[in-house]
Amino acid sequence: MNDVLTPTAEHPSTAKLPLRPHGKVLAVTSGKGGVGKTFVSANLAAALAKRGHKVLVLDADLGLANLDVVLNLYPKITLHDVFIGKARLEDAILQAPGGFSVLLAGSGMVEYSRLTPEVRDEFLRIISSLVPHYDVVLLDTGAGISDVVLFAVSLASEVLMVATPEPTSLTDAYATIKVLVGQQQRQTVRVIVNQAARPGSGLAITNQLQQVLDRFVVTDHPIRLVHMGDIPVDPEVRQAIMRRQLLMQATPGCPAGMAISQLARKLEESVIPKPA
Amino acid sequence: MAPLTPSSQIDLQALQLDDARALLKHGAKDSPQEAGESATGYLQRVIDGLCEISLKDPLTGLGNRRHLRSTLERAIETVARSGESVLLLLLDIDHFKAINDTHGHLAGDQVLQAIANCLADCVRPMDTVVRYGGEEFAVILPHCRPLFGRAVAERIRQTVASLSIPVGARINVQATISIGGAYAPEWVRSTADLWIERADQQLYRAKSSGRNQVCLDQPRELSVSAEEKGLLFAHIATDEATMIRNFSGDAPPDTQGNATDRVNA
Repeated sequence: MNDVLTPTAEHPSTAKLPLRPHGKVLAVTSGKGGVGKTFVSANLAAALAKRGHKVLVLDADLGLANLDVVLNLYPKITLHDVFIGKARLEDAILQAPGGFSVLLAGSGMVEYSRLTPEVRDEFLRIISSLVPHYDVVLLDTGAGISDVVLFAVSLASEVLMVATPEPTSLTDAYATIKVLVGQQQRQTVRVIVNQAARPGSGLAITNQLQQVLDRFVVTDHPIRLVHMGDIPVDPEVRQAIMRRQLLMQATPGCPAGMAISQLARKLEESVIPKPA
Repeated sequence: MAPLTPSSQIDLQALQLDDARALLKHGAKDSPQEAGESATGYLQRVIDGLCEISLKDPLTGLGNRRHLRSTLERAIETVARSGESVLLLLLDIDHFKAINDTHGHLAGDQVLQAIANCLADCVRPMDTVVRYGGEEFAVILPHCRPLFGRAVAERIRQTVASLSIPVGARINVQATISIGGAYAPEWVRSTADLWIERADQQLYRAKSSGRNQVCLDQPRELSVSAEEKGLLFAHIATDEATMIRNFSGDAPPDTQGNATDRVNA
């Protein structure tokens, strides 16, 4: 299950790795917290790694980072140490169970939840030095439309919006998409519906969102929502989360696990080049 | 700031206070040491007076750029904690150079003063009006709901446009202003620079689309109207919850956003 396709060195030095010029930056975001954004980021990263991609997940939820909790990793060196100049970037990157790399924010990053020009520059510097070394960089952003979230999303070439079918989640997803369209001139937002109650409900929800956007959001460019897939309600998800395991490692064959593999495949068809 | 070390007596004679006193005198803040007033007390008054002057624009008597900065920084802290709506407006006099060129710089100064007075009269006592630079002013409006921001800015613009400013014997000039505005992002800490930058972009927009108008940055509130929600939840109505159907449905809600009376629709 755990076929590690990334280098096993404890501290892979980014300088030594071959350059991958096609590195794609994808932002995983949501309108509302608690819809499974980090769960999706981590498991999608594992699914992509399994398909042969070299993946890095960056904890871009500076204020309320919890990728460490999901992955059950509590490293000494984090993004925070890189920010304050205490550690080198390559020393903060670690291997997650699931065969991908992670860069965890660390609790000290709360200080950086205000987006100053320095934070912006540092973030840019870090992302741009990481991108050439990976096929996919997933930014696990915070929820909503704060400065930091919008900035993190602005760095990504693709936006994956995670929403659940609940009205509150949909409303916030819709509001966030409006902001992304208005402020960042996004033309495509990819929708992942988590905790889908029945097959097809995610597509229906995406179509509904699209209809409301078409009717109420006036722009000079068309906005296109792309339904990437649904992750069904599945007791195995809760099990894995409670055990702080990746679903893609614990029970990849369960319905939710299969759905995530399917998502990875779909991403490969649409935005990520197939692994060499 | 480093802690101050307790010193012995202050010797006023040993201090070079002449320049400071001249500045204070110029700002009509100078008053000599009173009988029985301690050296510390007097020095404190001199420092307070200097602080006050340092935040003022001498020509118009409004706050200056430094004052704007500290007000913005305080507002950012408040907004981050309370989610209050604070609006920053940047106002620029249209074609000010032409006024200077036609009527002279003295007239230009008079226009600046008249508009400064007008702005100060236009807003609430809790608002801050500053001269930001040359012919540019800024207004900070705390507790200004997004719903009212445009109305406030429009009122300011119209009041200024209606002024007839005497700049010499039987010569009156009229001036218009362009206004750009932005709300502080709520619940998060932004920076004064980013906030000013957003308002400035709007001011640029107002200028480039013809001047004498107001452009506001869309506040980034999660605003979704009842109509939008109605359509958004349509799938749920067809799906499961009858309860939610009562609040949405196919017909758009009426203008009040009430979507309740749907039975006969």
